[in-house]
Amino acid sequence: MARRVYVRVVVEYDEAGGVHPLRIAWEDGRAFRVERVLDVRRAAATKAGGQGMRYTCRICGKETYLFEDDGRWFVEAKSR
Amino acid sequence: MRTILHSDLNNFYASVECAYDPSLRDRPMAVCGDPDDRHGIVLAKNMPAKAMGVRTAEAIWQAREKCPGLIVLKPDFRKYVRFAKMMRGIYAEYADRVEPFGLDEAWLDVSTNPMGGATIADELRRRSREELGVTLSVGVSFNKIFAKLGSDLKKPDATTVVSPDNFRERIWPLPVDALLYVGPATARKLRARNIRTIGDLARCPAGVLGAMLGKCGEMLWAFANGLERAPVRRIGEAEEVKSVGNSATPPRDLRCDEDVRRLVTVLAESVAERLRAQGLRGSVVEISVRDCALSTYQRQRRLTNPTALAAEIIPCAMALFQESYRWERPIRSIGVCLAALVPMGGDEQMCMFPSAGRKRMYELEGAVEDIRRRFGHSAILRASLIRDDIGAIDPKDDHMIFPEGRLRAASGGV
Repeated sequence: MARRVYVRVVVEYDEAGGVHPLRIAWEDGRAFRVERVLDVRRAAATKAGGQGMRYTCRICGKETYLFEDDGRWFVEAKSR
Repeated sequence: MRTILHSDLNNFYASVECAYDPSLRDRPMAVCGDPDDRHGIVLAKNMPAKAMGVRTAEAIWQAREKCPGLIVLKPDFRKYVRFAKMMRGIYAEYADRVEPFGLDEAWLDVSTNPMGGATIADELRRRSREELGVTLSVGVSFNKIFAKLGSDLKKPDATTVVSPDNFRERIWPLPVDALLYVGPATARKLRARNIRTIGDLARCPAGVLGAMLGKCGEMLWAFANGLERAPVRRIGEAEEVKSVGNSATPPRDLRCDEDVRRLVTVLAESVAERLRAQGLRGSVVEISVRDCALSTYQRQRRLTNPTALAAEIIPCAMALFQESYRWERPIRSIGVCLAALVPMGGDEQMCMFPSAGRKRMYELEGAVEDIRRRFGHSAILRASLIRDDIGAIDPKDDHMIFPEGRLRAASGGV
């Protein structure tokens, strides 16, 4: 089963209050740029559990879900 | 004809926990109150626990007897309230009349929504599943009572339509105590007259039920026949307050009148404070007493003058208690409640010899309240409550999550 990994995120707020994640820092310290946000909706994290605003992001050319749950951000990662 | 939805989040607390930890989905799990505070009962269980016979409101040890591997989680009310709020946000997109019933249930009046009841119900289910990760059961009907019964018919994640054409087949065979407001006592009276199903109730002449149960009898007859007409409240429309009460289960059993007086004092202070905050006074004092064998009773008395003073509620509650309790068993919990509410400053029966003391008591209790608001509840306490485990509880928070009437209904229903 997938793990829920909480990550550090650099976020930009626009004038309208919109939230744009720019970069995420992975647990091992590597940082990734969010190339593009493709979709934003409230959703349950079906793989790792949890729930929040789900940002479908393109990171390193791949689509990844980034969740914001009550002020904390997490991604779904493969279990170790 | 109205279109009413009753939406019920299945096994709510347990479902939220499973949504956060999917590994719990296939293992028996229950969210339980804290045994150290003696609230160690099952608040919600997931489907595998249900299959093993675990029931809501039973003690943890009873549940473990049936289900030895039961995983017990502590409740996280902040999370549940957040989920309930998100769900209410979704409801508000479909109806302007949304009446919550506890955290996990709500009625929606969707009569004016062109989408139609069943379609809305299916969409609510899809959205709660996708957006929150929890499931809903929805009853669709032409009144609130049948909608609620409908949401109970098929679980989890189902829509059930109860129409004027099918309610006789779907609703009437149900046992009479499935109906809202039919508690254990009423069910017993009805059974004694061989009224066992909702259909039996519907076919019984209203007058007979009225003679047996009073006003409530005629109301139940109307419910059973699909004639309930109470509107679903508008969003933000506050429920008309009929009574203000608090109850508490202290950390240990109460064994003497003095113990009871301490707990009653804490509860009465909180009730008085809440009455004053809402600009209300109450004319009827009610106590409810539950002994350690979980048998419960209520007593009430009308006051000469409506009050919002702890100093007047305490002696009345104590008198009610001392006249009714024989101390055959220690006491587990006590509730104090004021009913027959009137607005503060309304007309009042004048006293021939008014006591200056009453006005000063209001000022005194107001001053204590003010100190507590600024410096916390324990900043000022009665001497009788200092260094006491019973006086140390702050009853205010208990009330938010479980309105009293609802708990009573829940313990009668399972």
